[in-house]
Amino acid sequence: MENLEKILSEHPFFKNIEGEYLNLIVGCASNVRFEQDDIIFREGQKANLFYVIREGSVALDLHDPSSGKITIDTLTDGEILGWSWLVPPYYWRFDARAIKMTRAIVLDGKCLRNKCENDHDLGYELLKRFALIIDQRLQATRLQLLDVYGLRQ
Amino acid sequence: MAKNNNNTRERVIINTDDLEQIIKILKAKSYTTIGPTLREKAIIYDEIQGLNDLPIGLTEKHEAGYYRLEKRDDQAYFGYNVGPQSWKKFLSPPEVKLWSAKRSENGFDLLEEEPKIQHYAFIGIRSCDLNAIQILDNVFLGGPHTDNIYGERRRNNFILAVNCTEAGGTCFCASMGTGPKNEHGFDLALTEILDKDRHYFVVDIGTELGKEIIEETSPKKAKSEESELADKHVEKAANSMGRQLDTERLHDLLFANFHHPEWKKVADRCLSCANCTMVCPTCFCHTIEESTNLEGNIADRTRRWDSCFTLDFSYIHGGSVRKSTKSRYRQWMTHKLASWHDQFGTSGCVGCGRCITWCPVGIDITEIANTIRKSGELPENTVGQPN
Amino acid sequence: MDYDNDIMTQTEPITDSMQPRRFRINNVSWETPETFTHELIPIDKGPSFTFLPGQFNMIYLYGVGEIPISISGDPDNTSRLFHTTRVVGSVTQRIQHLKPGDTLGIRGPYGNGWPVEKAEGKDVLIIAGGIGLAPLRPVLYHILHNRDQFGHVTLLYGTRSPDKILYFEELKEWISRFDLLDVRVTVDSASGNWRGHVGVVTKLLPKAMFEPDNTAAFVCGPEIMMRFVAMDLKKHKVPEHQVYLSMERNFKCGLGFCGHCQLGSYFICKDGPVFAYDKIKSYLSLKEV
Repeated sequence: MENLEKILSEHPFFKNIEGEYLNLIVGCASNVRFEQDDIIFREGQKANLFYVIREGSVALDLHDPSSGKITIDTLTDGEILGWSWLVPPYYWRFDARAIKMTRAIVLDGKCLRNKCENDHDLGYELLKRFALIIDQRLQATRLQLLDVYGLRQ
Repeated sequence: MAKNNNNTRERVIINTDDLEQIIKILKAKSYTTIGPTLREKAIIYDEIQGLNDLPIGLTEKHEAGYYRLEKRDDQAYFGYNVGPQSWKKFLSPPEVKLWSAKRSENGFDLLEEEPKIQHYAFIGIRSCDLNAIQILDNVFLGGPHTDNIYGERRRNNFILAVNCTEAGGTCFCASMGTGPKNEHGFDLALTEILDKDRHYFVVDIGTELGKEIIEETSPKKAKSEESELADKHVEKAANSMGRQLDTERLHDLLFANFHHPEWKKVADRCLSCANCTMVCPTCFCHTIEESTNLEGNIADRTRRWDSCFTLDFSYIHGGSVRKSTKSRYRQWMTHKLASWHDQFGTSGCVGCGRCITWCPVGIDITEIANTIRKSGELPENTVGQPN
Repeated sequence: MDYDNDIMTQTEPITDSMQPRRFRINNVSWETPETFTHELIPIDKGPSFTFLPGQFNMIYLYGVGEIPISISGDPDNTSRLFHTTRVVGSVTQRIQHLKPGDTLGIRGPYGNGWPVEKAEGKDVLIIAGGIGLAPLRPVLYHILHNRDQFGHVTLLYGTRSPDKILYFEELKEWISRFDLLDVRVTVDSASGNWRGHVGVVTKLLPKAMFEPDNTAAFVCGPEIMMRFVAMDLKKHKVPEHQVYLSMERNFKCGLGFCGHCQLGSYFICKDGPVFAYDKIKSYLSLKEV
């Protein structure tokens, strides 16, 4: 039985977080495993969870009537999946699909959300960290948007 | 460029008949003698048969965007400065065929052609222009590859230079260290003297060939007062330059001020007409074009002058890198006065003033540089890349 | 008596001409709907064609014109010349219709090539975007032929979508050789059966194995991509002088005489096209230079 506390405390995302908050987060966490092609969450579903991918690969898909499924991002080992649980109205904007067998830690976002409302310091710690992730994803998305390969070279 | 101490050069005196004879000697040696001549209200360079083809008794008035010829009150052969053309039109022609090919079963066959290359004698070349040729020598012949087109035409040039005794309204060779006195690169360099009723030339001999040719006129050694008079005239020209350019750390100054508001001000005036690049004696950019005859069985590859002021000069798939006039003007000026140092070890500008004279809106490169110097930043450390 | 001794009194022969060598197309293979690879064999007798990885040729199409194309083949194979070309302009639109047996003129090789000798003993990151993989492929061949001279070798390749992937079969083979190199491919977006990475190529960097200060990075792709890759490599503490980019501008002559390819003080055709990042860093963020 792996020590969730050990795994989470060593993860770069939770680095330097205060001991009592870490305990709280561990309390909301559990291990989960997805088989290849499992849908982890669907566009439109209520977003109450988020995941730390331990091992595997997850695709973020959008569906288009004529093109079918379009993958716009993939996440792998160590990456955080999902922040819609933090942002009203708390719905997933994409499908998440396991590309291959994937093991992850799932965290109870709804529970953490309520705790953040009461303890703003906890809220700030989490938002600080998510802000970094959102920024990274935004920069990456902008580059994808530029369609740099579409021009020349 | 080798700098020779002029004091060790031999100085002789010749008169106008001797000079005419020198031109004849050069022609007899199969040189194509090129010199300044009058063409439609401007002094340009073309083949001359003798002294009578020179713009005798004429002088030029230069200002920003202004050029007029005026009569002198003497009959000087060389009483002007530089017109709209430079000697690069002979060494790297405005249009020259590189090679031809004809369609064949192996795709194409290159056609063997022996181009007739003329041996040029440049008569009456000014120090600024001679420096410009030496700059082009470095560009076309000084690197790992050498350019055939330029090399063939530069080979066996005879240089009969002239030291300016009057400076033009847009001249600033003194600022650039390129004149008015010819220091190197010539076979013969003469200073024209009209002193009371005497009309003669004080000639510095630069090479064995120059000596050989001038010896045929049996020149006398220059007397010290004649020599001093020549030096005095040239020094007068040096002290009456129409423009000044402070060249102190000019490279770093321009590189450190790529976003100076002056660039936008210039761009608002600049028509990107490319006149400056065409009259500039050191601008060397060219393009290469393909053309075929009507049947398509012969293709020619031609080299043609180009200018960084055109929009498609910097075109790569997708668009032009330098879309704005501002970026193109900045490219030209920073290449000429800054990047050239990194590329070739000297400034690209010889202070001939043509770009100022022939700009239709009178943009003055010295004024731009001086403005940036007055109000721009000059960091203490050397500036390697622009910012 | 002091006589001048300038350049023009020397009697060295002047040898450079602008005439192309003729090559026959032996094979045309389409990598993607708009990119093809030519395999060329010389028509005229002469010294075999040798080149350094990263160099380019000026390719001449009779009656149409010339374009610069990177050499994309194996530098050890001197009997065949390979170019991978993308159809973008008037010349390439004509070249794409050529068939085996047709003739092209070649001038080159020009440029300075990737400094593979500087990568010896180091970990190597090869980061390619789009058609940028073509001028990097010769480096890969060179490294694979001299594998023990290099440390850990990683290829990161990003392109628009799965159908734009170059050298698909070869990549599959390289992916399988994880004893030799680590290959990761990503696309900007994918539909269909793609099970690989989706996202910008910089995202693959944290997964790569390399010791930052003992790493040489060779980067080639659209300029924006190279800029962001270089910044990311800096974030990962790879020294700026050990990151190399391949730059491109308008080439007409390839020899440094026509002036078109200038990037500030550099002539890309002879000072480059490969530059260490620290040497061109400020040019990359300047507009219209």
